[in-house]
Amino acid sequence: MARFLSRIAALAVLSCSTSAWAGASDPQEFTQIERGRYLSILSDCASCHTVPDSGQPFAGGRAIETPFGNIIAANITPDPETGIGARSDEQFDAAVRHGVGRDGSKLYPAMPYNAYTKMSRDDVLAIRAYLNTMTPVRNAVIANTLPFPFNIRASLGVWNALYFKDGEYRPNPAQSAEWNRGAFLVDGPAHCGACHTPKTALGGDKADRYLQGTYLQGWSAPDITGDARLGLGRWSKEDVVAYLKSGHNRVTAATGPMGEVVALSTAKMTDRDLAAIAAYLKSLPGRSQAPSALPADDPAMVAGAAIYRDQCSACHGLEGKGANELFPSISDSSMVRSDDPTTSIRLILRGARSVQTRSQETGPGMPSYGKQLDDAEVAAVLTYVRNSWGGAAASVAPMEVSKVRSDTALRPD
Amino acid sequence: MAKRLPKKDVVIIGLGWTGSIMANELTDEGLEVMAIERGPWRDSPTDFPPTYMQDELRYRIRHELFARPEQMTFTFRNKMDQTALPIRSWGAFMPPNGVGGGGVHWNGEMWRFLPSDFVLKTHLTQRYGASFLPEDMTIQDWGVTYDELEPFYDRFEYTCGTSGTAGNLRGQIMEGGNPFEGPRGRPYPTLAQPQPFSHTLFAKAARELGYKPFPQPSGNLSTAYTNPLGMKMGPCTYCGFCEWFGCANYSKASPQTTILPHLIRKDNFSARANSEVLRIEVDRTGKRATGVVFVDASGEEWEQPADLVILSAFSIFNVQLLLHSKIGKPYDPVANVGTVGRNYSHQTISSVNGFFDPKKYNFNPFIGSGSIGMCVDEFNGDNFDHGPHGFVGGGYIGQVQTGARPIESTLVPPGTPSWGAEWKQTVKHYYLSTVKPGTGVHGGFYSYRDIYLDLDPTYKDRFGRPLMRITMDLKPNEVKQNKFLTDKFAEIIKAMGAEKVAPTYRTAPYDMTTYQTTHINGGAVMGTDPNTSVVNRYLQSWDVSNLFVLGASAFPQNPGYNPTLTVGALAYWAADAIRTKYLQSPGRLIDG
Repeated sequence: MARFLSRIAALAVLSCSTSAWAGASDPQEFTQIERGRYLSILSDCASCHTVPDSGQPFAGGRAIETPFGNIIAANITPDPETGIGARSDEQFDAAVRHGVGRDGSKLYPAMPYNAYTKMSRDDVLAIRAYLNTMTPVRNAVIANTLPFPFNIRASLGVWNALYFKDGEYRPNPAQSAEWNRGAFLVDGPAHCGACHTPKTALGGDKADRYLQGTYLQGWSAPDITGDARLGLGRWSKEDVVAYLKSGHNRVTAATGPMGEVVALSTAKMTDRDLAAIAAYLKSLPGRSQAPSALPADDPAMVAGAAIYRDQCSACHGLEGKGANELFPSISDSSMVRSDDPTTSIRLILRGARSVQTRSQETGPGMPSYGKQLDDAEVAAVLTYVRNSWGGAAASVAPMEVSKVRSDTALRPD
Repeated sequence: MAKRLPKKDVVIIGLGWTGSIMANELTDEGLEVMAIERGPWRDSPTDFPPTYMQDELRYRIRHELFARPEQMTFTFRNKMDQTALPIRSWGAFMPPNGVGGGGVHWNGEMWRFLPSDFVLKTHLTQRYGASFLPEDMTIQDWGVTYDELEPFYDRFEYTCGTSGTAGNLRGQIMEGGNPFEGPRGRPYPTLAQPQPFSHTLFAKAARELGYKPFPQPSGNLSTAYTNPLGMKMGPCTYCGFCEWFGCANYSKASPQTTILPHLIRKDNFSARANSEVLRIEVDRTGKRATGVVFVDASGEEWEQPADLVILSAFSIFNVQLLLHSKIGKPYDPVANVGTVGRNYSHQTISSVNGFFDPKKYNFNPFIGSGSIGMCVDEFNGDNFDHGPHGFVGGGYIGQVQTGARPIESTLVPPGTPSWGAEWKQTVKHYYLSTVKPGTGVHGGFYSYRDIYLDLDPTYKDRFGRPLMRITMDLKPNEVKQNKFLTDKFAEIIKAMGAEKVAPTYRTAPYDMTTYQTTHINGGAVMGTDPNTSVVNRYLQSWDVSNLFVLGASAFPQNPGYNPTLTVGALAYWAADAIRTKYLQSPGRLIDG
């Protein structure tokens, strides 16, 4: 009996909190909620707003690492006190699309409102309607944990003036519907530029180097333009779709932060949207003039070839072709030859496990060679793979390896 | 008092090959499955990355991947009138431990048994008469036929990506394969591995002697492969570190490479590692299992209730757990009654080393793989007329170059001093030009009335339970069989061009201290008569109908092959019976 009563009490609390929901969303509005669910996948809300394995979706509290310090993601469950339950639709939309907090203060652009602004108000209210179906979680989050002077939000006005272009996506009539859909997704909800566009010292996008790859959280995110040498130029559209859908393709596999993006977001997108993303990314012009490959008798190449044969060829093959979407084909990988070799160095030093998805469940791992190989050896073997099998890229210096080794030494990931 | 956990549909004891197969099949059926594994969790990229040190001393000599005798051991004697003593260091076989079980450290040989092996008693009696068999031999038919098992052999071969050459495709004998094998429905999933020099030389010599050599079916893959569950495997690199080691390259079939990554993503599957099952609980009637009691690494006891109990530990542990749980009637060899512990068997292994002129032969033994090999099957099972020879049974013989690991590869011809300058000189002289087939003679081991398992009257384990007692000896039939096979093998090695041929025969008494294989079988055998078998032809306990006992403990005797493919096929066969028969109407599938 006592248990029955407590259930009634719980129901009462629930209905109280329901009545406390602001905003116009109606739990009967299946179409809107379903649209919002899909938009929340496109926008990958879950990644920042859920502490992994916490079992509390969207309850916030996850620390988002930025060059300026950690920012703690907000609770976006409908809890009225600690979540978004008490916010009006206007307030919610202002936050998501315009970077304006409940009290009128500016949000840090770790919340990618500069991308979400491409969405429509209806899109954002659909996301709201979907979030309103979540279990309200009481979790008070102290968002601002940045050190001085970044803890002063007033400076964000300047930032917005420099880097924020408010406004919905406007289709380019000269391009196909598919291309426009892709451009909307990449620049809008999927906010690819947050990780793949180089940043200024203030953390704003370098517009002239759009999606050409950058460094964050101990990784170098690759160039994802159509550049033949460094980007997706030699990937087919199907290669891009397979990668985003399954985390694996004939060339490479997703790991680290991108592995999470695949698991939580792109693997759940429709094939049409993935094809649109591929079409758009591949249309972005390349930039690079290929350097000439180092000669095979360069001392680093000779040493690197020997190390490669000894340590790497068992899986990646003597010709660097890999196998079976199990071992990446480093001979075909543009990532391997990127200007910033951080990720390649990191993978060799620390190893990584590729993302497991429904269609690629094996999730093979790259072992850590941080103990076997010293900095000069890692540099030599990377120099070798970057300049073999028809590829060409600057040699890697032992100093660069030392830097990644010390930068990542204390990282928990 | 054990703490009671929420009930599951199925509890699985031991997460090796058979536990993984059954867990995957029953979760596909929608059941809630919990697996309990005594040893640690193990995964390919974390436990066996290519950077891990494949240290022969640690893994081979010091038995890294196996159970520790301090944790659990057996007592042993050769004859019933002796007093058994505890085994304090593993010898003749290696009790596996941990997720993946024997599937982690095995070589990967994937043999089907002969059709006549499954009806052995009937077949031999018909061909030679009952009086041809030794009086104390207790061989019997399996209760399942080759033809019934064929689709399940096929399933396990395709799960593993097995590399091989078909010898009998739907009744048609195929050139290059084993002409003695039973008919198979389709070819192997991947081509046979390319063979190194010593193997091609063996095949040539065997052909010249009139035999039909063929590549050993292998779970080390010749090429990349994606199995029906979507698991990706890579091509073997011939590194020479299979047996005793985990595979770094996703190229050896194991639960880790073929099933577990798929299984562990299922919401209706869960597992507990480092947890040892103490007993299967039965209700007051003694006819129904209610779950299991296990103890975790903190010493805490838990009860896991379940509707269906799958006993899928290593063979001898299955028997032990049945005896500790008082399920079934313990075997009494004097009165010749009871079944649990009856028909225990092993393998009859020997080898012939061939020493060749190093100026003419370099076998590059560093090229190795656990189950690469060229074999002949003329002397297996009843593939030849035993009438003139006075024994039954046989085995395959073959050259299997598994690597050149330094501790066990320092072979010298007989007569060489066992230490000093001359020994060193001779090791160096022959290191690259020795044919050392390891388990080259792979003979069967038939069952006998006084070879069995029971509970030791004196020694107890850390929980106070009696240790398992092994009473095991080598009988004249197996000694004769081994002499015959070893001599045939030596003829081939001689014909290869060896300047010195050194056969080693397997002789009585059975030696518990030197390794043969980990193929110990029987003790909870399958059959058609509850008076001579523990489980029926579906591996269902005759006594407790919601208990199935998987693994080589079901073999009534051991044919002349490696057991794993048959162990896996029987697991799929039992899973099929559960899915298509048992779940429709839980209870005895066969009246005994």
